[in-house]
Amino acid sequence: MDIKLKVDASGLSCPLPILRATQGIKTLQSGELMEVVATDPGSVKDFAAWASSTGNALVEQDSANGKFRFVLRRK
Amino acid sequence: MTAEATSKPKKLCIIALSGDLEKTWASLIIASTAAAMDIETSIFVTFWGLQSFVKDKKRITGENIMQKMLSFMQRPGMSHRKTSKMNFMGMGPWMMYQLADKYNASKPKELLAMCQELGVKIYPCQMTSDLFGIKREDLIDGLEETVGAATMLQLATDADSTMFI
Repeated sequence: MDIKLKVDASGLSCPLPILRATQGIKTLQSGELMEVVATDPGSVKDFAAWASSTGNALVEQDSANGKFRFVLRRK
Repeated sequence: MTAEATSKPKKLCIIALSGDLEKTWASLIIASTAAAMDIETSIFVTFWGLQSFVKDKKRITGENIMQKMLSFMQRPGMSHRKTSKMNFMGMGPWMMYQLADKYNASKPKELLAMCQELGVKIYPCQMTSDLFGIKREDLIDGLEETVGAATMLQLATDADSTMFI
């Protein structure tokens, strides 16, 4: 998977992971991938809501050791 | 692309009446997140809410003695908000800012910058500007034109959701 941008939102509280992701994805071209890592447990539902509202696709997500990882494709 | 994202953008209207720290803070969290979700967001700032959007360095606003006394008793500016409960001469806000730093939460001024970066439209209320004697140059840069209740109602009735904070 060709990830163009990695955003580390570890340690950040709501709504900063979403705001950092928004700033990040705006730097990408349509179809490019961004990876976001967050530790905020609320981010799991928040990224799904954000993806559904913006139309950017949540193509992959997993969690390990208290870290939540999201791969998003710019619409 | 999902079906909902292809339809017309959703709209949010926030009426920010309160100048309390936690309510102003909440308005800015909601507005910045909404804009990040591609929701067209406008904030109508009125009464004490207008005071939050006066420049920090502006100490006294108004032209007559009553307007000046009001701003003296209730210092305008985003950095001078008081909590509605447990303000304790500024100890409450100070502790909330310390906790925000400790837990990596964004503070009102950072959220305001984010709102402006993401295109949130902030409309100052004309009537309260006149009432408090707040001039356009007293307000922070980047706000929309000063408007009245009719424009606010147009924004609110046109929006998918309206919040009164």
